[in-house]
Amino acid sequence: MAKEKKTLNLNFGPQHPAAHGVLRLILQLDGEVVEKADPHIGLLHRGTEKLIENKTYIQAVPYFDRLDYVAPMNQEHAFAIAIEKILKIEVPARAKYIRVIFCEIGRILSHILNVTTQAMDVGALTPTLWGFEEREKLMGFYERVSGSRLHANYFRAGGVHKDIPTGLDSDIGEFCEKFPKIIDDLETLLTDNRIFKQRNVDIGIVSKQDALDYSFSGVMLRGSGVAWDLRRSQPYDCYDDLEFKIPVGKNGDCYDRYLCRIEEMRESVKIIKQCLKNIPKGPIKTEDGKISPPPKKELKQSMEALIHHFKLFTEGYRVEKDEIYTAVEAPKGEFGVYLISDGSSKPYKCKIRAPGFTHLQAMDYLIKGHMLADVPAVLGSMDIVFGEVDR
Amino acid sequence: MKNLEDLEKFINSELTSKINNSFIKHDNIYLNIDHDELIDVISFLKTNKETKFRQLIEVTAVDYPDSENRFKMVYLLLSHEYNHRIIINYSIKESDVISSLTSIFPSANWMEREVFDMYGLNFKNHPDLRRILTDYGFEGHPLRKDFPLTGHNEVRYSEEQKKVIYEPVKLEQNYRNFDYESPWEGTKYIKEIKKS
Repeated sequence: MAKEKKTLNLNFGPQHPAAHGVLRLILQLDGEVVEKADPHIGLLHRGTEKLIENKTYIQAVPYFDRLDYVAPMNQEHAFAIAIEKILKIEVPARAKYIRVIFCEIGRILSHILNVTTQAMDVGALTPTLWGFEEREKLMGFYERVSGSRLHANYFRAGGVHKDIPTGLDSDIGEFCEKFPKIIDDLETLLTDNRIFKQRNVDIGIVSKQDALDYSFSGVMLRGSGVAWDLRRSQPYDCYDDLEFKIPVGKNGDCYDRYLCRIEEMRESVKIIKQCLKNIPKGPIKTEDGKISPPPKKELKQSMEALIHHFKLFTEGYRVEKDEIYTAVEAPKGEFGVYLISDGSSKPYKCKIRAPGFTHLQAMDYLIKGHMLADVPAVLGSMDIVFGEVDR
Repeated sequence: MKNLEDLEKFINSELTSKINNSFIKHDNIYLNIDHDELIDVISFLKTNKETKFRQLIEVTAVDYPDSENRFKMVYLLLSHEYNHRIIINYSIKESDVISSLTSIFPSANWMEREVFDMYGLNFKNHPDLRRILTDYGFEGHPLRKDFPLTGHNEVRYSEEQKKVIYEPVKLEQNYRNFDYESPWEGTKYIKEIKKS
């Protein structure tokens, strides 16, 4: 008599330290081999898109910080660019450089978190402790420029909120000198580590074709050998003036994605250094009084400034009827905003395209046939943050 | 095709009967098609060697409660080879059933589930049409314009029943939605009088 096959259903999460947030995975197991994975998401759904439809354009910016809360400013960037394109606002050069500096800081923030927690998922604790020390410094820069460590609310349509405080640029420069050494240290712990390689090499392989079909972007796509980076192919702000390389993987496994992230951090440091060197002096937001609020000191003397200030923070600026999709290369992949404006001061529709959403969708495809212990490794290499998956 | 204008002309000449309207704006091609032609248009754009829109970026809907065809479906595609984006849209009624793209792009699965969840639109030939972002047992479709911002239910832990319970939303203070439109352009009721 043939032995009857028994499949075991396992509920992974929603409160599991290796689930990177509130992911609930229903796994169908045959012994230790995963036959099917069904991710249940939405446990962190806050209705961001609905809320944005009911807020003015200025009020909508902070919601973008709360999507991928590991790299907040990158998201604000997509929204700011969308409005700028519709209203045809010219962004001053200094603002562009500041935005790029902080986007790259965001990229390093996100990649440190991902690389070190991926290491933790497969058993290495030290990288997390080392990496988080650096994240603390970077969040310090966030705080000095915007007043808060995480939810920055710093980018505006037409520039940024405030100029960088004195001394911050030299401190960031100093960090850039020291940080590559930290990456080297992290690499000594992980890159040739026997256990780390055993857990990651040849796990979760994505072929080129599948990466395209599953709408992968960012490192998930580049890890599979597709040289595609929006900073290079559809440059926004000052990325086309900067020199940087785009690391591309070969095998499309978890280990290649880890290597890509490490290299991207080095490139980000280079980009920040170039920006600090070339950053021009000048205004940091558009001087159009209908879009950006007047300087505080003018409020006491100028009637016009007072009216502008009042109108901007009650009604907000109006955005003419239009439909646009803008995307930026966020640390996790292509982060896009599909915005429909109707001529009022509130967006009619704001669809947020989060890279993590499409990546997590492929969980079933990636994990099929792997062992249960590979689930955290694959999940870790996908770089999932639930703020953006659930929105 | 490298050039965006050429590409638009090419698509128009190849799919003449299927396209209602097309234009270029913000470096994207905007295509308006008929509801029934969706599968043909998308598979053409994906496979043709002059277009190669091989990645589906997003599927979403827009709600226009006042128009006859209430919803507008939107599909965003990207071509890595030629570095172009295309935005395809068509209008449908609430009762219409949409053809699923899952056979062409596996990634359409969750995107369509999200549209189903948020707007209550139905898809045919979808392998797994369930709600995705909202709670288990949720009712209503949150992104429709007639769904209240505050929702219908709220959740709390009940000390008596020792479990999490659902209750109708009780607001301590009404949701404040101020009308900030410039008064010198006329408030809403004056505009309406002028129109009629």
